[in-house]
Amino acid sequence: MGISIELEVNGAGVSKEVEPRLLLAHLLREELGLTGTKIGCDTSQCGSCTILLDGQAVKSCTVLAVQADGSEVTTIEGLANGEYHPMQQAFWDNHGLQCGFCTPGMIISCVDLLNSNPQPSEDEIRHGLEGNLCRCTGYHNIVRAVQAAAETMNG
Amino acid sequence: MAGESNGAGVFGSSIRRREDPELITGQAKYTDDLQLSGMVYCTILRSDYAHAKINGVDASEAEALDGVIAVYTAKDIEASGVPGGIPVGWLLPDMKIPEHYMLAKDTTRYVGDGVAIVVAEDQYTAHDALDLIYVDYDPRDGVADPKKATEDGAPLVHDEAPNNIAFDWEIGDKEQTDAAFANAAHVASLDIVNNRLIPNAMEPRAALADYNSITGELTLYMTTQNPHIHRLLMSLASLGLPEHKIRVIAPEVGGGFGSKIHHYADEAIAAWASMQVGRPVKWTATRTETYLTDAHGRDHVTHGELAMDADGRFIGLRVDTYAAMGAYLSTFAPAVPTYLYGTLMSGEYDLPAIHCHVYGVFTHTVPVDAYRGAGRPEATFIVERLVDEAARVSGIDPAEIRRRNFVSPDAFPYQTQVALEYDSGNYEGALDKALEAIGYDDFRKEQAAAREEGKFLGIGLSTYIEACGLAPSAVVGSLGAQAGQWESAVVRVHATGKVTVYSGCSGHGQGHETTFAQIVASALGVPYEDIDVIEGDSGVMPHGWGTYGSRSAATGGSAIASAAEKVVDKARTIAAHLLEAAEEDLAFEDGNFFVKGSPDQAQSLPDVALQAYLAHNLPKGIEPALEATSFYDPANFVFPFGTHVAVVEICASTGQVDLKRYLAVDDVGNVINPMIVDGQVHGGIAQGVGQSLYETAVYDDGANLLSGTMLDYAVPKAHFLPSFETDRTVTPCPHNPLGVKGVGEAGTIASPAAVVNAVVDALSPFGVNHIDMPVTSEKVWNAMN
Repeated sequence: MGISIELEVNGAGVSKEVEPRLLLAHLLREELGLTGTKIGCDTSQCGSCTILLDGQAVKSCTVLAVQADGSEVTTIEGLANGEYHPMQQAFWDNHGLQCGFCTPGMIISCVDLLNSNPQPSEDEIRHGLEGNLCRCTGYHNIVRAVQAAAETMNG
Repeated sequence: MAGESNGAGVFGSSIRRREDPELITGQAKYTDDLQLSGMVYCTILRSDYAHAKINGVDASEAEALDGVIAVYTAKDIEASGVPGGIPVGWLLPDMKIPEHYMLAKDTTRYVGDGVAIVVAEDQYTAHDALDLIYVDYDPRDGVADPKKATEDGAPLVHDEAPNNIAFDWEIGDKEQTDAAFANAAHVASLDIVNNRLIPNAMEPRAALADYNSITGELTLYMTTQNPHIHRLLMSLASLGLPEHKIRVIAPEVGGGFGSKIHHYADEAIAAWASMQVGRPVKWTATRTETYLTDAHGRDHVTHGELAMDADGRFIGLRVDTYAAMGAYLSTFAPAVPTYLYGTLMSGEYDLPAIHCHVYGVFTHTVPVDAYRGAGRPEATFIVERLVDEAARVSGIDPAEIRRRNFVSPDAFPYQTQVALEYDSGNYEGALDKALEAIGYDDFRKEQAAAREEGKFLGIGLSTYIEACGLAPSAVVGSLGAQAGQWESAVVRVHATGKVTVYSGCSGHGQGHETTFAQIVASALGVPYEDIDVIEGDSGVMPHGWGTYGSRSAATGGSAIASAAEKVVDKARTIAAHLLEAAEEDLAFEDGNFFVKGSPDQAQSLPDVALQAYLAHNLPKGIEPALEATSFYDPANFVFPFGTHVAVVEICASTGQVDLKRYLAVDDVGNVINPMIVDGQVHGGIAQGVGQSLYETAVYDDGANLLSGTMLDYAVPKAHFLPSFETDRTVTPCPHNPLGVKGVGEAGTIASPAAVVNAVVDALSPFGVNHIDMPVTSEKVWNAMN
């Protein structure tokens, strides 16, 4: 019993017939092959599945695919535009990742954070990332990465 | 970035990780990202009861659901003829080893114990079907506390283990230690609970199994820290397939912290299911499932005492511990509270008498096994808390009492009373550096002034030692390991001088592709970019023992260095032949062989490699090609150490602990990549701070896991933590070719004691001498009031 949806994912049009209960995270991963978006929990705590939905960071495990009908989605695969997004570059330069599993969602959240607050303090960065868990870095270098990206993007 | 292309100078430089471009763009493939043609999905029904008899399982409704291919129970696994066992890989004398089968046969022993398997065409259906399986349970009483579990009348996890005791283990000299206490001027004494933790690697465990019934070959992609161990144990114990017919591949792995070492039932179940249905089968744990199945960590109940003479010198330490094993003995579980725990009880101190006694205890809980630090955080917590308590009862400053009792720098190698021989150290050097950086003397003044204003500041030291890179194999074997602890490496120089390195380690975030290439670039003098590192595929590289226990640099890195040295030796022989010179007259610098004093007439390593492959003009007796394999068995453990310092402020009205500063001075021997080492320290500290302030797995009296989701278990968030201050001293390891120690666990081992010592220091005006972890506001407030 599918429902037809149309959306734009990373700049390309997508038309799909989906189960009403299909999560956006599963649409991206299982049906569109965009496995950069990760699923790390089942209670919307970890933030590994964070994507941009019409420019806003959302947890795609908490959005039904049908709710994204008519929307624009940007995943980690769509963030680079010929060259790395400054946030991706900053994560690389500052060792802001280790195992990399939280990284796609973390980078998307950090992009969203700077979109709403281009020059955050360390405290604002840390609170701004409360929806994303990382178990490897202790967040130390993630904070450095966001600070570096802010400098690049404001410079 | 500096140093990204040089050969010799690349060891020791902070090169950005070559792993990262795939990770920051979402291109890296983790197990659950993989799809195979014809793939189906598997889910596992788990017991809702900590302890229950299974009277029967009715799967008829599930089997009738559209899209369900099959539902299996333990009976089906038994009927298939596979051994079906989940093994324990570390044997202690007189240890009870109850049967652990791939699914519960007639009794469930923890919430999460597997009862039935669903295989379905899609994952939603596979999950739906779980709700249509009806299990007739007869619930029994359960027990979760490891000390209470040993009391008479406690519910038994296994009938063959009276009082739930799996093993009764001790180390050290009891008589000598008791005598020391009889002569003590002061005794510090504490009762300590080391809280149970859930690992929480961000990537849940997963497996994708592809069994080929024509060839009899199983390809198993899985979240593993050690593909060869999984292959070996699946061959011997669970699946019974010939070892050479199993290929275990670790794709990108999203963290482990120990939780992906062990042989669980689940990955074997996916493989077995693929053998039954003849199609690739994927199983991916939900986060809740990881909470109910990933081996937990810690969970000790301990009484510890430290005896001193009148000058505050330590004369004896004795420790009694009840260590939870959970419902079954997990892969390396028996080693964790014994040889990775009791052996660390000397800390950094010259302690003449030690005795440590441990009961390993079955409880109706998720099995407990190695989690980052594994035994060493528990030991360090006991020792460093007792040292602070010793300072309190003797009236000696905590820094001074440590200094007074350190093993001195000229005493190495130092033989402890609990088996280990420390390789090298300068404990006072790290302490001095830390005290200066934190401003220890000024802090005490600031603390006194703050107290006048009703503000409670505290400082805590943790002068830790850790033993990592378990070795040599003969010794760990004599202690009960059913595994070797050497490591393998292949260094293959291709005809064009490019290099492929194969390691038996299996990284999952540590950056081996970068650091191992740095080792080889320095050893061979070839550009870093010309070296690739491959890990994590039992079908590709020689047997290896994987990545855990901070062993990869010390054992895997040393194996690579050793293989590279063999390559250079062979290349030198060929170069001497080509240069018509004697080998001993040749120099080797920056990848070039030349007669000493004549660097303009050189044979580069690529020149030699080409000649080695062409084999037109090789010295007599030299085989073609240019590669070497090493199986490196270390001479000893390595012993990183250091001083960590925590500074806290406690809110007088709420009891909330604010971690204001955290400073770490670590000595991990020579450093391959400082940026990566710092990153390991950061992450380790975060997990240790997590244990001390936030995290705990909570079971109720009926052994139900109350902290069963990420909503209920406090994995630290960014704003729970400060930025960390890190520094180092460097005392090289004297017994491995790189002089490296290990860094993966140092932060987790050191930090709980530093934080709790700081909290207790802050609360000293209230007469508080201990608070169990996690140090929540509620506990602190109650202690203050």
